[in-house]
Amino acid sequence: MNTIRALTLAASGSLVLTLAACGGGGDEGGDAGGSSGGDAAGDTTISWWHNSNTGEGLEYYEQVAADFEEANPGVTVQMEAMQHEDMLTKLDAAFQAGDAPDVYMERGGGELADHVEAGLTMDLTDEAAEEIELLGGTTQGWTVDDRVYGLPFSVGVVGFWYNTEMFEQAGITEPPSTWEEMYTAIDQLKDAGMEPLSVGAGDKWPAAHYWYQFALRHCAEDVLTDAVQTLDFSDECFIRAGEEVEKLVAAEPFNRGFLSTPAQSGPTSASGLLATEQVAMEMQGHWEPGVMAGLTEDGEGLGEKLGWFPFPEVEGGQGDPAAQLGGGDAWGVSADAPPAAVEFVKYMLSDDVQRGFAERDMGLPTNPNVTDAVSDPALAQLLEVRDSAPYVQLYFDTAFGQSVGGAMNDAIALMFAGQATPQDIVGQTQSAADAEG
Amino acid sequence: MTVTSAPPRGATDPPAGRGSRPAGGRRRDWRMAAEIAGFTAPALLLFGVFVVWPILRAVQFSLFRWNGFGPLVDFVGLQNYVAVLSDDVFTGAVGHNLIIVVASILIQLPLGLAIALLLNRRMRGQGVLRTIIFVPYVLSEVIAGVVWFQLLQPGRGVIEAMLGTVGLEGPFQGFLGTPSLALPTLVVVLTWKYVGLAVLLFLAGLQGVPEELAEAAQIDGASWWQTQWRVTIPLLGPTIRMWAFLSMIGSLQLFDMVWILTGGGPANATTTMATFLVNEGTKRQNYGIAAAASVVLFVIALVMAVLYQRFVLRRDTADADVPRGVR
Repeated sequence: MNTIRALTLAASGSLVLTLAACGGGGDEGGDAGGSSGGDAAGDTTISWWHNSNTGEGLEYYEQVAADFEEANPGVTVQMEAMQHEDMLTKLDAAFQAGDAPDVYMERGGGELADHVEAGLTMDLTDEAAEEIELLGGTTQGWTVDDRVYGLPFSVGVVGFWYNTEMFEQAGITEPPSTWEEMYTAIDQLKDAGMEPLSVGAGDKWPAAHYWYQFALRHCAEDVLTDAVQTLDFSDECFIRAGEEVEKLVAAEPFNRGFLSTPAQSGPTSASGLLATEQVAMEMQGHWEPGVMAGLTEDGEGLGEKLGWFPFPEVEGGQGDPAAQLGGGDAWGVSADAPPAAVEFVKYMLSDDVQRGFAERDMGLPTNPNVTDAVSDPALAQLLEVRDSAPYVQLYFDTAFGQSVGGAMNDAIALMFAGQATPQDIVGQTQSAADAEG
Repeated sequence: MTVTSAPPRGATDPPAGRGSRPAGGRRRDWRMAAEIAGFTAPALLLFGVFVVWPILRAVQFSLFRWNGFGPLVDFVGLQNYVAVLSDDVFTGAVGHNLIIVVASILIQLPLGLAIALLLNRRMRGQGVLRTIIFVPYVLSEVIAGVVWFQLLQPGRGVIEAMLGTVGLEGPFQGFLGTPSLALPTLVVVLTWKYVGLAVLLFLAGLQGVPEELAEAAQIDGASWWQTQWRVTIPLLGPTIRMWAFLSMIGSLQLFDMVWILTGGGPANATTTMATFLVNEGTKRQNYGIAAAASVVLFVIALVMAVLYQRFVLRRDTADADVPRGVR
């Protein structure tokens, strides 16, 4: 009896010790996950997160990783492909825990500024000087205090993707270039018994893009630049933007159930509806063809029927009608990543990889040597618009950071539900900005 | 713990009453204390690391403005609490949680009870029926959520197609997209998901109701209905009260199903306290605000749990309390 008791006591005691050891280790071991590389034996593992999780894009990135491994013996690329929203959530958690992946997608703007301030991301200015020079102006969005923290691999602009066949059937000959024409087109599509537009207002940001676009058309460039710097939204043009969105929602151009429609997950998402010919148009970024391809059985998306036109002009707008709303993705390297991670990112921007990237319509290449490789006529047209734009305004939620951007998106989504006024959007955005201090 | 380890000792030793300790008592007390400490330490440690420590950290976070990166430097006192409690979205969320608490109990209690009483009778296919009722509860909440999300697709989903065959048309925004319908729809899905648990618990409780009592009632001339109402259900009281407690806590902390079905939308019509704090925290990176909301949620759940224990569960747990005199 006594022996058993003693044994049990000893056992529970050692359990306590083990647990205590686990507890203690957990605190310090925070950065173990991501930066596993760079140890002795020359064996390096690079963790890499991206959002090309379907179809051809996924296959291509698997190939790119394999090629890099082959050219760099001893280096293993541990790739994780995720759905976009999932990736954002996981990235936030990873950064917070201090074990971010070595190579990840960095969207720039306020988010990058936060990462830089917290010392989480690597300064690539000197490490990748050659590539930065090649990419030219597109690195601007990933520059904080004259240092470059990300190499953009795809920069695009937001515009309307449409089904050319449905436009023809509805008797629309020219894609609309003003909002007056746009409203006419909406009526024509409705008369032909079609749903004109899909919007993933369930995810909020696709709805918010409408407000951003109208603000871009109504606000002069310096007003927007100031707003990003000072978080001051008092200019009348922001109210105008809200009024335009209100008018658009009142015209009822959107798909059935748009308030709960997700942006791009599944065939009943906003992108899925366009891909399966349930709606005639959707306003989305440059990634749309790739997303649609992944949502159709034949992997073709809308194929030949896909057309694109930029956000139409508004009457009396102060903004440059050729300015575009856009943004893109850059490869960022986390602060404690092994040198091989930087090499990998450089490889990703090489002519070869960017050409393959462009040929598969995975995005809009930033490497100027391969712009001719964009085969899709709609994407080629988008590229032309991007390159002739006087400036490309970064998506507001990205530019302002998640706290202000999130409040802004929530308020705009409320307007889509008919529960916010133009003043509410400005008011809620301003109070979130003021709370930032 | 003390109760279970005491009897064997009491059987061999004379009761160690206060002030009349036998000579060897001191050593034995020390040993007993060490034993108790040894056995409870692992559990206490886990409790400390995974319950107490996170709560303390949340309280700490709630006093700072913090975006999730870097050190806590921007102390703002109770400002986050003011922001949370004066936020219409949060107060709306508290309201939604309370509606779900009340609706869950009001709907699932009679429904679960009725199904349990029916399934408690001898019949063909009893096992199969019990399984069918219980399956939704076993399904992962996320999987069930995705399935319901697809069924409820506006205009294209199975449910609206079924409505269409009888000439009805679903709302333009769909059941999940119409602000006034989203919460009732959520309650329906939650009922489908959780009524199985109520049935299972009630069935287990019914096994503890002696058949003789029902027989005696029948001999006295009680109808089936009277037997259930006057004999079986009152004896099921402890089970029902415990189930209601679990249901209440679950409803207060509700997150998964809402997040999958609506994400708290449309127009914040289904936001719960948990979705509010996740949205503020991981989406907007206002971790101070999220922490304050989580503390408020904790306090609300704790107060409701303590009050329920004190006033409703008291007589059920009273029997378990061993009178002090025994030691």
